[in-house]
Amino acid sequence: MLHVTSPQALTVDPTPRSIPWATCHVRAGISGFPSPAQDYDGGRIDLNEALIPRPTSTFMFTAEGDSMQAPDGAGIHGGDKLLVDRAIEARHGDIVVAVVDGELLVKELRHQDCPPALHSANPRHAPIPMHSADCQIWGVVTHIVRTVRR
Amino acid sequence: MRAPIALVDCNNFYASCERVFRPRLHGLPVVVLSNNDGCVIARSQEAIDLGITMGMPAHHIPPETRRHGLELCSSNYELYGDMSARVLATLHTFTPLVEPYSIDESWLGFEGFDTSTLAAHCHDLRHTVHRWTGLPVSVGIAPTRTLAKLANRHAKKHPGTGGVFMLEGVHHPETQALLARTPVGDIWGIGGRVAVRLQALGIDTALALAQAQPSWLRQQFSVVLERTARELCGINCIEMNDAPDSRKMIMTSRSFGKVTSNRRDIEEAVRAHASNSALRLRAQRSLAGAVMVMLRTNPHMRHLSQDHTRITLPLPWPTDNTFDIVRTAQNALARLWKPQRIVYQKCGVQLMDLVDIDGQQLDVFQTPQSNDERQRSDHLMATLDQLNARFGRHTVTVGMQRSDADWQLRCAYRSNRWTTRWDELPGARLT
Repeated sequence: MLHVTSPQALTVDPTPRSIPWATCHVRAGISGFPSPAQDYDGGRIDLNEALIPRPTSTFMFTAEGDSMQAPDGAGIHGGDKLLVDRAIEARHGDIVVAVVDGELLVKELRHQDCPPALHSANPRHAPIPMHSADCQIWGVVTHIVRTVRR
Repeated sequence: MRAPIALVDCNNFYASCERVFRPRLHGLPVVVLSNNDGCVIARSQEAIDLGITMGMPAHHIPPETRRHGLELCSSNYELYGDMSARVLATLHTFTPLVEPYSIDESWLGFEGFDTSTLAAHCHDLRHTVHRWTGLPVSVGIAPTRTLAKLANRHAKKHPGTGGVFMLEGVHHPETQALLARTPVGDIWGIGGRVAVRLQALGIDTALALAQAQPSWLRQQFSVVLERTARELCGINCIEMNDAPDSRKMIMTSRSFGKVTSNRRDIEEAVRAHASNSALRLRAQRSLAGAVMVMLRTNPHMRHLSQDHTRITLPLPWPTDNTFDIVRTAQNALARLWKPQRIVYQKCGVQLMDLVDIDGQQLDVFQTPQSNDERQRSDHLMATLDQLNARFGRHTVTVGMQRSDADWQLRCAYRSNRWTTRWDELPGARLT
């Protein structure tokens, strides 16, 4: 079971961090030709703007555990940072942070052709029906941030 | 008729903030302790039901409450400050007229709104705040602030209201009944001593006060009480910044003469704002528990990097001491400071969690500040204020401060500062 503890929310007004577009010459093959983007300078992208459109309701968690690494899982690894938005409605197939018996867990919500339930990627864990007593959705996982350079 | 006023109040705010990130605490008694884990400053309903009182020293909490799963929390102002800002941002999506009153209360204005749909609008607001932040709030709507306070209490006490209560006109039988069962001491702005005097005169409910002769109240008591009585009759007399009790927070902020990225300039401004806030704090005879520092760039200079950031840090003990307040504000600024060159336009210092100076003995024996130190500090502050009053505002100011604090707060039970610190993430657990 992929386990989420230590939710870490973002501050309300994340600082824009501009990253310049790559505008260097891209060479293809030996002869090389200039990139069509060569003369297209000046654009900047802001990760906060792209990943956190609703900072008021977005919180950050650290995933703990390994169960979502199963081939059919969402590919979430332990240590990944999850951006979780409380404002959006969870749909079928969404990865959600859920409160199950007072614990924060990462699960997949499924309700098509079946009663709504929280599924684990790991088959060892049976789906948890949403109508069960102590089970509710905390927020919807919108992005996963993983550091790959260790 | 003027548009109604709403008071939005987070239910058991500190305890609720703890619960957002520790859902297992739902249904359990939760108690939040003051700086240095001194005494109880916030309780969940379950803790209230166990007989734990506000101001109760931590070591007086009955041990048997542990059997009920009592959870002690050290105060975690960084978390509360951030959650409060999120609530404010949410409220702003419902009306442009939002006036924060304390860390967990805001007044809302509804000029130009349709009164017939206002209650529904506020139900929607309440639902949205809970959805976005996880925090439960109550909303009281009424023609005046004093009545909105009463309406809010009613909404909080009676689950049947769905957390929102709108007073229907002052002469409505329901309103009269509510006033009749509200003890005079529970009215916003009426302190214990005034309540006792009023009771002795036979004025023991809000209704009786509303029916008293205003001019007589002014003669016998004060213009403040007269205004309160008029407000109970639905006449709006209390504007922003002249609330009947001392303000629960003090904000000093100003735009810089010109935008700056110079750390020394900004430090100086933060020191000045902190000193100024401390002066106002002493003038209203309050002590502060925490300091919030805010920094922001000019949102209209879109070509520049934008930053709008704030952080709340606790004070070493509830204090009105300029030096403590300036030092903590400086630490806050150091925490906010970013190595990138960002051009700031405005900074502000806000004192929060204010308590009455007379009601603070509670914490004395728990703080590392001795009586001697406290007296010295009081003398020093009085001298500082006298000098500045006599020779001009900035005759004596606080100079550079060491940014590394030489004191450490006791906070044995502090939960993570989940929303403001990367480095407080515990290790990942595989299950």
